[in-house]
Amino acid sequence: MTQDESRAGTGRQTREAAAERAAIAVRPGEFNHGPSGVREKVFEMKGVEVLYGGVSAVKDITMDVHRNDVTALIGPSGCGKSTLIRCLNRMNDLIPSAEVRGELLYHGEDLYGSTVDPVQVRKLIGMVFQKPNPFPKSIYDNVAFGPRILGEKDDLDATVEGALRGAALWEEVKDRLEDNAFGLSGGQQQRLCIARCIAVQPDTILMDEPCSALDPISTGKIEDLMIELKEQFSIVIVTHNMQQAARVSDRTAFLMVELDADEDNRWGRLVEYDETEKIFTNPSDSRTEDYVSGKVG
Amino acid sequence: MTGPGAAAPRNRLATAGARATTQAMLRNQPRGDVIRNTAFAGLLLLAILIALAGLLALLIQAFAKGSSALSLDLFTNPPSTAFPEKAGFRPAIIGSLELIAGVILFVIPVGIGAALYLEEYADKTRWWNRLIEVNIQNLAAVPSIIYGILGLAFIVRGPFDLGFILAAGSLTLALLVLPMVIIAAREAIRAVPDSIRQGSLALGATKWQTIRRQVLPASVPGIATGVILAVSRALGETAPLLLVGATVFVTFDPTPFSPDGYSAMPVQIFNYAVRPQEEFQALAAAGIIVMLIVLLAMNSFAIWLRNRYEQRW
Repeated sequence: MTQDESRAGTGRQTREAAAERAAIAVRPGEFNHGPSGVREKVFEMKGVEVLYGGVSAVKDITMDVHRNDVTALIGPSGCGKSTLIRCLNRMNDLIPSAEVRGELLYHGEDLYGSTVDPVQVRKLIGMVFQKPNPFPKSIYDNVAFGPRILGEKDDLDATVEGALRGAALWEEVKDRLEDNAFGLSGGQQQRLCIARCIAVQPDTILMDEPCSALDPISTGKIEDLMIELKEQFSIVIVTHNMQQAARVSDRTAFLMVELDADEDNRWGRLVEYDETEKIFTNPSDSRTEDYVSGKVG
Repeated sequence: MTGPGAAAPRNRLATAGARATTQAMLRNQPRGDVIRNTAFAGLLLLAILIALAGLLALLIQAFAKGSSALSLDLFTNPPSTAFPEKAGFRPAIIGSLELIAGVILFVIPVGIGAALYLEEYADKTRWWNRLIEVNIQNLAAVPSIIYGILGLAFIVRGPFDLGFILAAGSLTLALLVLPMVIIAAREAIRAVPDSIRQGSLALGATKWQTIRRQVLPASVPGIATGVILAVSRALGETAPLLLVGATVFVTFDPTPFSPDGYSAMPVQIFNYAVRPQEEFQALAAAGIIVMLIVLLAMNSFAIWLRNRYEQRW
């Protein structure tokens, strides 16, 4: 079997396993690329509110995230973008005082239902963090960690290679897989984290400001990667960089900080959510226009 | 821009003047500052010398007195009251080794377990968890003789009723150093950044998988260092052992559960040191050298381990 064939094989297994675990039977090419009204939804949020210790951090979020889209969340600091993205794979559960209200559906299933196991959620919905956080292990072990905890023993080499190729890192590291991951550059470390994430064959990848610690060249590589990855995964990205949102995303949500009457409390609120092109060229809300044109924020 | 004619010499003059002023300012160090700095550095050096002088005096004293008695016989011969030239430390060395083996067996699982609970599971907003924390800090400062009394009352007699056996001494020493191990292990676990835990959890690992495969491996060097330092403390402890039955004079090789009694290095040294004969004094000094070498070796190994495997984040 040639390398290309084996890669194609792994790719097919990848998609099948992901589809199976998400309990959806969609094959590549079958899903609908038509107008947004009929597209398959990954996340459906209705009136989602996140509270820390009883105080709202973000409220009233109603939006749908579509399959195989890159969906960007933009907005000024403190508007709750990171809070929101972290409740999409239940990472907020790690903060004891955090509480999520409202309806948050994932492929039609209530993500915060009483029978839902957050560990299983995170297997399906991967996450890439702001600061690259490779494990203090070899490059190989970093990527193999996820498959190993899922009990995969055979074909680990193929899985690791597939994931590293998927993250456009294989050519750079194939000769030093046993080296410690801390020896990689920041941009390589972040691509390693992406490889680590796709090695467990998730259905959706969340990226929380994945390029904010990287130089422009590494950023460019990761942006190219996102566009490639959305063929296979749905991606939600938080970014401070509006050009980045404009370059990579299909749809963009703009969030803003809102204050109550006596300015004691502040929380984030969704201002506008639409096709990225429309948000950046012809937004319907004047606040969006002010923000994307650089007048405020 | 001005031409090279009239303005240039004046510019050169101004530059030279500015440079002279700067030089004068930079080189003008007040004499008082120099004296104060030197005096302060001298005081600090003195503090270090005082600390080292104690160790140095002990080493010189021990070598001067004990070098005549230093031989391999120390390790192979049992003690003797009649023939100091033949007396050795064999039962005491074996007793000490068995004692610290028991300490290690007890302290590693219990110490790491307690540290993991406090760092990874305990909700620090609850008062009882804070109470436990404060108590562990306090326990580390409790005098060792108190642990001896505890061991006597609860392990040798009382609920456990093990009798005066080596295992009871081992348990007592383990309780004594357990707070040290917990504190060292907690620090090592806390040094693992949260981003590692989050990265692991975000891949669908369970909390236990995250602890077992990420947090523990990353904190092993720190924990090992703490365990070694704690064990060297246990190795040198005498007071609690006297209370829990480390008989001072044993001529046979002790076993962990035998009721015939046992001895340990520091106890045996004490036993030799209180005898009036010159030869026994030399034996005691030789025993001190042996113990110091073992302790220094263990501590050096702990430092090497820390420097070699410590993870820098």
